[in-house]
Amino acid sequence: MAVSAGPDSVDLREPRSWRRTKSQLVTAAMVGAFVLVIIPLGFVLFTVISKGASIISWQFLTAAIPPNVLPASIGGMGPAVVGTLEITGFATLMAVPLGVLGAIYLNEYGGNRPLARLIGFFSDVMTGVPSIVMGLFIFTIWVLHFGYSGLAGSFALACLMLPIVIRSTYEMLRLVPDALREGSYALGASKARVTVTVVLPAAIGGIVSGALLAVARAAGETAPLLFTILTVTTVNRNLFSGPNTSLPSQIFANATQPYVGAQARGWGAALTLIAIAFILMIVARFITARFARFQR
Amino acid sequence: MSTVTKADPASPAGSARALSERRPLGDRGFQALALASGLLVLVILVLIAVSTSQQASSWFAAEGIKIFSSTWNPTKNQFGALPFIYGTAVTGVIALIMSVPVSVGIALLLTEIVPYRWSRPIVYVIDLLAVVPSVVWGLWGILVFAPWIQQHVYTHVSSGVTGLPVLGPLFGGPTSGASFFTAGIILAFMITPIVTSLSREVIATVPAIEREGAYALGATRWEMIRGAVWPHSQGGVIGAVLLGLGRAMGETIAVALVIGSSATITSHLLSPGYSMPSVIANEFGEATGVFRSALIGMGVLLFAFTIIINIIARAVVERSARRGRGE
Repeated sequence: MAVSAGPDSVDLREPRSWRRTKSQLVTAAMVGAFVLVIIPLGFVLFTVISKGASIISWQFLTAAIPPNVLPASIGGMGPAVVGTLEITGFATLMAVPLGVLGAIYLNEYGGNRPLARLIGFFSDVMTGVPSIVMGLFIFTIWVLHFGYSGLAGSFALACLMLPIVIRSTYEMLRLVPDALREGSYALGASKARVTVTVVLPAAIGGIVSGALLAVARAAGETAPLLFTILTVTTVNRNLFSGPNTSLPSQIFANATQPYVGAQARGWGAALTLIAIAFILMIVARFITARFARFQR
Repeated sequence: MSTVTKADPASPAGSARALSERRPLGDRGFQALALASGLLVLVILVLIAVSTSQQASSWFAAEGIKIFSSTWNPTKNQFGALPFIYGTAVTGVIALIMSVPVSVGIALLLTEIVPYRWSRPIVYVIDLLAVVPSVVWGLWGILVFAPWIQQHVYTHVSSGVTGLPVLGPLFGGPTSGASFFTAGIILAFMITPIVTSLSREVIATVPAIEREGAYALGATRWEMIRGAVWPHSQGGVIGAVLLGLGRAMGETIAVALVIGSSATITSHLLSPGYSMPSVIANEFGEATGVFRSALIGMGVLLFAFTIIINIIARAVVERSARRGRGE
C-alpha cells in the first residue's frame, strides 16, 4: 500500500476542482480550434489533388486552350502557363530590387527619422490595399492610355508585391548585427559599399525567401489581372503588347462554366497553381534553413 | 579593400576636415536610389487615390449623395452602392465571428501550450491556408462546398428556424448555396492565417515573469491567460482582428464566385448577395460610361475603407507593441 496517502504523507496532486476542469476545457477548445482549421484545408487540398491529378500532364501544361464550343474537350493550359510565368516573372524583376532598396532606405538610412517612419507605416498599410484596387489603378493610369498587355498585369502584381518585399527585407536587415557594419566602416568602406558587400550578403537568405513568398502570393492573384491583361485563350508570347492570359484568370473563367471539360480544366489549372505556390514555399523554407545566419 | 579613402598625408589624422569631406558620388547616388524606392510607396498610394477618383468623378457628379442609395439598376442608369457596402460588411462580420475565436485559440495554443518543437509544424499548416490562392478557394467553394452545405445544412436550418423571432429573419426563407453566409465561411478560412500569426506575435511579447507570477499565485492555465496574457495583448489582438477585417473586405475572386451576385439588401443570410470587390470583378468587362465610372468609384470607396481600417489597426498594434516593450 505504498501509493495510498497515509495520514502523514501529503498528496501533491492538484485537487479536482471546477477551476481546474475549466482550464482543461479551454485547453481542449484550443486544440479543437486547430482541428477546425485542418478540416477545410484538408478538404480543399484533397479535392484539388484528386480532381486535378488525373488531368495534369506535360501535355496539359503545354497544349492550347480549346474554344468552349467543345464542351467535353479538356485540352490544355499552355497559354496560361506561359502568361503566368512571363507576367509574374517580370513583376518580380521590378518589385524585388525596388523593395530591397526601399528596405535598405528604411533600415540603413532612415533610422528613426519621421520620413522613414512614415514610409514604413504606409508600406505596412499598403499591404492591406485590396488587390482589385491595384488592378483598377493600373487600368486607369496605364491600360486607358496604352491598352491591355501582360506588362500592365506585371505592374499591378509588382504594386502588390512591393510592400511585402519591403517588410520582409526590412525584418531581415534588422537582424544583421551592427558590429559587422562598424567593422567595415573601420576599414574605411563607404556606406553604400558596406550595405552592398556586407549587410546584404549577411541577410541574403531571408531576403530571397521573403521574395519567393511574395512571388507565390502574386502568382495566385486574379483580381489585379482581370482589367489589365484581359483573359484570352490564345497564346501571346509578347509581354509588352496585346491581351494575355494567366492560370488564375483561366480558373476564374472556367469555374462558372457548366461544361465538364471546362471544369476539369479549372481543376487542372488549380492544381498547377497550388503546386507552383507550394514549390516556392518549400524552396523558401529550405533557403531560410540553409542560409539564415542571424536568428532572432 | 580597393576603396581605401584618399587620406591626405599633410593633414593630421582624425582632423575635422577629413571627416567633413564630401562623400563619393556613388555613395550619394545609392542613398538617393534607396530613398526614391522608399518614396515610391507613398507615390503609388497617392497615385491610386488620385487616378481612380478622377475616373470615378462622373459617377460622383451624376449621382451626388445618391451614390449611397440602395437602387442598383445599370440598365436604368441607377448606381447606388449601398447593397454592395451592406454585403461587404455582412460577409466581413460573419467571417470575423467565425475566424476570431479560432485564430486566437490557435495563437494561445502555440504560445501557451505546445512546446516549441511542435509549434513550427503547426505554423506551417496554418500558413498553408494562406498559400491556397483566392481563386482556388472560389473554385472549390462554388463547385464543391456550396452545393454540399446547401443540401446538408442550409435547407434543414431554414426549415427549422422559420417563424422563430430572431433566427427566422436571419436563417429562414429560401436558401441558396451561393449566399452571404457561404461567402462569410470561405472568408473565415482565408483570414484565419493572418489573424492567427498577428495575434501570436502580440501574445508572444507578454513578459514571462508575468506568466510565472500568475502561476506562482496558484492560477490555473486559463486563469493565467485571463489575468496575465489577456490584459497585455488585448490591444494587439484587436488590431489583428481589424487587419483581418480589412483583408476580408478586399477579398475579391473567392467572394465573387460564391456570394451569388444579387444586389439586394436582406436580412436572410442564406440567400444570394453581392459585395463591393466582387461586383467590380464580375461587371467591369461589360461596363462603359457612368457604369464603368461607378464601378471604379466603388473601388475608390473600398480603397478608402480599407486604408482607414488599416491605419487604425496598425496604430493600435504599434501602440500596444510599444507598451509591451515598456516604453
